[in-house]
Amino acid sequence: MNVKVLYFASLRDAVGRAEESFAVPSGVSTVAELRTFLADRGDNWSALAEGRNIRAARNQRMADPSDPVMPGDEIAFFPPVTGG
Amino acid sequence: MSVSVQRADFDVGAEIAALSHGRNDVGAVASFVGLVRDVSGAAGVSAMTLEHYPGMTENALEEIVEEARDRWELLAVRVIHRYGRLEPGDRIVFVGVAGGHRGEAFEACEFIMDYLKTRAPFWKLEETPDGAHWVDARDSDDSAAARWDSPEKQR
Repeated sequence: MNVKVLYFASLRDAVGRAEESFAVPSGVSTVAELRTFLADRGDNWSALAEGRNIRAARNQRMADPSDPVMPGDEIAFFPPVTGG
Repeated sequence: MSVSVQRADFDVGAEIAALSHGRNDVGAVASFVGLVRDVSGAAGVSAMTLEHYPGMTENALEEIVEEARDRWELLAVRVIHRYGRLEPGDRIVFVGVAGGHRGEAFEACEFIMDYLKTRAPFWKLEETPDGAHWVDARDSDDSAAARWDSPEKQR
């Protein structure tokens, strides 16, 4: 299952890239599991670790951690928003 | 076109006038303009850069406007949010709401700003004498948005 992952703002700076596409290993089927998979890479990706205040969007809509991840999805991770 | 996410500045007077242009059923227009300040906490701010999520940001703003239209009887709504590098005194955001009476216009305008602050994907990077810093989200913004959730506050 291939997905595209985007990072924004301070999280993009921490991870060191704005986006990446890759094949998700079996066993990763939710937004929360995808985040854990990424955080477990360590190094820069530890910015996604549990306890960090990170939000997610699935296909450009705000997502809950329990939302499914499907083939071809665009999943974004970012800090809480600060517009206005 | 009720929502715009753009780099360019906007004309507040023209936007307000457009909300009731060509119609005589509008009794009230309420508007809000957000500006870049030159202070943030104790530090001076020389500029800020607003980042957004192209596509999602526009959709999120459209959904907030739809939610406002579900809650109040509104005759016209306009939301403009800028992105890119802005300096103190520059306009960031415009919300304009036209209704039959002031009540729904004031309330819907405030509702849209409160929801925008917590749901629209924008992030501010401030330039200060100490360097550039990403602005942290404020708990007070969450509580401002949450007050519209409690049933007794829905009017």
